[in-house]
Amino acid sequence: MSRRLELRQVSKRFGDIDVLAGITLHVEPGEFVSILGPSGAGKSTIFRLLTGGLEGHGGCVDFDGRPLADACRPFAFMPQHDALMPWRTVIENTALGLEVQGMSRKAARGKVAPLFGEFGLAGFEHKYPAQLSGGMRQRAALLRTVVQDRAMLLLDEPFGALDALTRTGMQRWLQMMWDRHRWTVLLITHDVREAVFLSDRIYVLSGRPARVLREIIIPLPRPRKDLASPEASAIEADILDTLLEPQPAQRT
Amino acid sequence: MSQPFSAAPRIAALFAKVGPALLSVGTLVLAWELYARISSISPTTLPAPSRVLAQAIQQRQALFDNTVPTISATLAGFACSLAVAFILSVLIDFFKPLRRALFPVFIISQTLPLVAIAPLVVLWFGFGLTPKIMLVALVTFFPMLVALVQGYDSTDRDISALLSSMGASRMRIFLLARLPSSLPYFFAGLRISITYAVVGAIFAEYAGAAKGLGIYMLNAKNNFRPDLVLAAVLISALLTLALFAATVLIQRAAMPWERLEAARKS
Repeated sequence: MSRRLELRQVSKRFGDIDVLAGITLHVEPGEFVSILGPSGAGKSTIFRLLTGGLEGHGGCVDFDGRPLADACRPFAFMPQHDALMPWRTVIENTALGLEVQGMSRKAARGKVAPLFGEFGLAGFEHKYPAQLSGGMRQRAALLRTVVQDRAMLLLDEPFGALDALTRTGMQRWLQMMWDRHRWTVLLITHDVREAVFLSDRIYVLSGRPARVLREIIIPLPRPRKDLASPEASAIEADILDTLLEPQPAQRT
Repeated sequence: MSQPFSAAPRIAALFAKVGPALLSVGTLVLAWELYARISSISPTTLPAPSRVLAQAIQQRQALFDNTVPTISATLAGFACSLAVAFILSVLIDFFKPLRRALFPVFIISQTLPLVAIAPLVVLWFGFGLTPKIMLVALVTFFPMLVALVQGYDSTDRDISALLSSMGASRMRIFLLARLPSSLPYFFAGLRISITYAVVGAIFAEYAGAAKGLGIYMLNAKNNFRPDLVLAAVLISALLTLALFAATVLIQRAAMPWERLEAARKS
């Protein structure tokens, strides 16, 4: 089976500043992979390269074994903050991607509506985003993302703006949803515990210019309930050591 | 909230909102009335508010006949100005260099003193509706254009990035995100411009017109009737207030989510 997504030596500069210095990583179909790194390291830049917002400087990206350029928009993207449109009701927001794909408004809503229950949004179809709690907004944003039926989800710090309790609740909920649907996910986060809890594998990035410091496989059995198991804590401590006490950087 | 059918709290809330304004305006009018009576100043110099009101009622037909052309000049000029401002704002949004080419011209247009330009426009375009439309447009066009262009630029970057990741074209992003994002700016500009529009129309009439509040004021002044000048001023103030209120109501109807957002952020 070919890999779903493969980046080889992908680099990016903004003017004189190296942001990505040869990123190599891959994601298998049905796998949950996280990119973990300090703020401002260029994690979101990787997503912007993938979704076509930016051009890279060198390296190549393959999707299902073929150059990404040949694949037809394989990603559903969930940006930092929920990016819900305040002027659209929740159901209009969640149907946005389908509408952009050319589906009629009615058909798009017909496809989204049955999913509201599973996403804990039943009864809020015709509310405005301002009437939702932070967690509900994130669930609406995720619903808008998955309903597009893309081959892969790109989640950019989806829970970064939530309070700690809501965030933990959302992480558990996302885990449960992933267990059920087995989406292929690439998640960006700077929350070590979140990455360990949710991922099959983690790529730990350095600060700018970002390179892959380590690739860590998380062998914890699923479904994961216990965030504080000794194994999870050991992995967490190990990653924190890597992030907080990096070896003197070898500039190339 | 617990008593949705009780009107009393709503009336109390309304009074808390408009009470201070009524109080300050009322005090001013009262002071004016007292001064005019006590000082026995000639009504051809400073008429008392009661006299202004009485004359306004007596002359209501003449005032009405002169208000209608002012309203139509205001609305026609403002509609033209809005249409042109909208079209240009879209062009500027799609072709950024246009902004640098056009903005200096418009900024200069805002420095023209109306006193000087209004008689010239009347001289060039006659006493009809055209010069009024042009002058109203001159004073309202630029604020509307700036409001729209700023409104487009206020679009959440995350929303734009999301739409382009979905494969939306530039036109689609404009319609789905940039245009709705501009609405609060548009309405802020609208509230400011609508007050300029009435002043612009009256100025244009003042410089030359067959009928209108502007020419009515000029004639009243020349006939030593300051009470009628002030009656016309009262009408124009009421007209401006009515237009302002209309924009507020339209905004509420057009943006039902706005008050929810405001409540969330407070």
